[in-house]
Parts: sequence; C-alpha cells; structure tokens
Amino acid sequence: MTAINFANALGVHERALHLRTERSAVLANNLANSETPGYKARDFDFRAALQAAKSDKNAMNMSRTHKGHIISTAKGQGASVELSYRVPLQASIDGNTVDAQMESAAFARNALEFGSSFRFLNGRFASLGKAISGN
Amino acid sequence: MSLGNVFDIAAMGMSVQTIRLNTTASNMANAETSASSEAEAYKALRPVFVSSNEKNAANGSLNGSSPADFGVMVREIVESQAPVNKAYEPNNPQANEEGYVFYSNVNSIEEMADMISASRSFQMNVEMMNTTKSMMQRLLSMGQ
Repeated sequence: MTAINFANALGVHERALHLRTERSAVLANNLANSETPGYKARDFDFRAALQAAKSDKNAMNMSRTHKGHIISTAKGQGASVELSYRVPLQASIDGNTVDAQMESAAFARNALEFGSSFRFLNGRFASLGKAISGN
Repeated sequence: MSLGNVFDIAAMGMSVQTIRLNTTASNMANAETSASSEAEAYKALRPVFVSSNEKNAANGSLNGSSPADFGVMVREIVESQAPVNKAYEPNNPQANEEGYVFYSNVNSIEEMADMISASRSFQMNVEMMNTTKSMMQRLLSMGQ
C-alpha cells in the first residue's frame, strides 16, 4: 500500500510532456535549418522514447552516501533520446532533407499533443487537490 | 533541452534570415553600380548557412548537449561567380582605355525571389516562436 505519491499519481503524462518539449526543440532545429546546405532533418520515435522513459525508472536517482539520506524515487527525466534521420520524400540538390511543410505540420501537431499531455497532467493535479481537500 | 531552447533556435533562424535579407538589399541597391575593371565590379553577395550542431550530429544524442549545439548560423558570405556585365560606354567617366565599363553581376529577378524566400523563412521562425510562447504560457498555468 503506497501513500499518495507524485510518481504514481501523475502517471506517464509527466514524461510524455517532457518528451514533447524535447521533440519541439528537435523540430524547431529542423525548421531553422530548412535552408542550410547538407543539413539532414532529424526526429525521434516518440513511442520508443516514451517506452524507454517508462522502463528507465532509476535514471534520476541520487546516490545515497549516508544511511540517513532519503531514497529518491524520481523517475527518468534524463532518459536518453536517440535521434534518427528523416527519409526525405523528395531529395534536394543541396543535400538538405528538410521539408519545411512537413516539419511545420509536425511542429504544430507536436504542440497540440503537448497541449493534451498538459491537460491530462493538469487533470491529475486537480484530482490530487480534490483528494487532499476532501470535497 | 527545454522549451527555452526553441526560443534560441528560432532567434538564430531569424538572425540568419535577416542577414540574408541584408545581403539581398545590398545586392539590389548595387545592381546598377559600375566600375572600370572586372575585378572592381560589384559581385552579388550570398550568405552560406551552416547548422551549428554539425559537430554534435556524430553522436546523435540529445543528452549533455548545450543550447549552443543547436541552431543555425552563417558560416561565410561568398561573392557570386557569375560573369559581370560589360558595356561599351566610351563617354562614361568610369570607362577603361577600350571604352568599357563593368556593371555588377546582380540578377534582380533572382534577388527578388531570394528576398521572398528569406521573408517566408523568417515568418516560419516567428510562427515557431509564437507556438512555443503559448506552450510556455500553458505550462505556467499548471495546477490552476
């Protein structure tokens, strides 16, 4: 029987939100380099990254050097994300594989999915608040 | 990696597109500049972009990368290698011994197209920054 615990209460949404943030930076980088010769567009597999983050429970644990130290139960925020290269629909003559339209769409979609992750997470906080106040 | 990095990346994107617009403006302004030799003639300027994470691309990991490893910058500004326009104008004070003056190799149509492309890329970066701004504002309202 575990007491109310943030890691249990927030579920997967905390890590999903974190990965959405990372993905927005990767996609932003692709868009900023949409006219850089030789630049290869990159992205990561969100499902695989989320699975890795879920299984990597102890990644953020602090080392205990004294028996009085409290055991940290924070889950893997620092889980590594493997970037891969996008396969272009149409090769460009300067070696750039960024498709600005595709990247814009992916960026907008990622922002929306960030919004839904945020709503889920916020809902969990609202439930916690209800549980605490008891009404 | 955080949302703040997106601001840095978008700012770098806007900065390089501004440099590109600057070179276009300079080229357009000098489109009719004449000189008395081929070497002195104005040559169209072009910025060359380079991704600032090239050195980080090898390990392919986001971990431990600083914001400086992401983004875009201008590596150098090169002069166009297109041939300059030579005109026979013996009455021009800049004419050489044979009566020729050398006009710039700027192609106005190309410059206009480049200007529109730079302007659209700039807009894309602004859009990116706006989206990120609303994401951050939502985050600030967490738990309310």
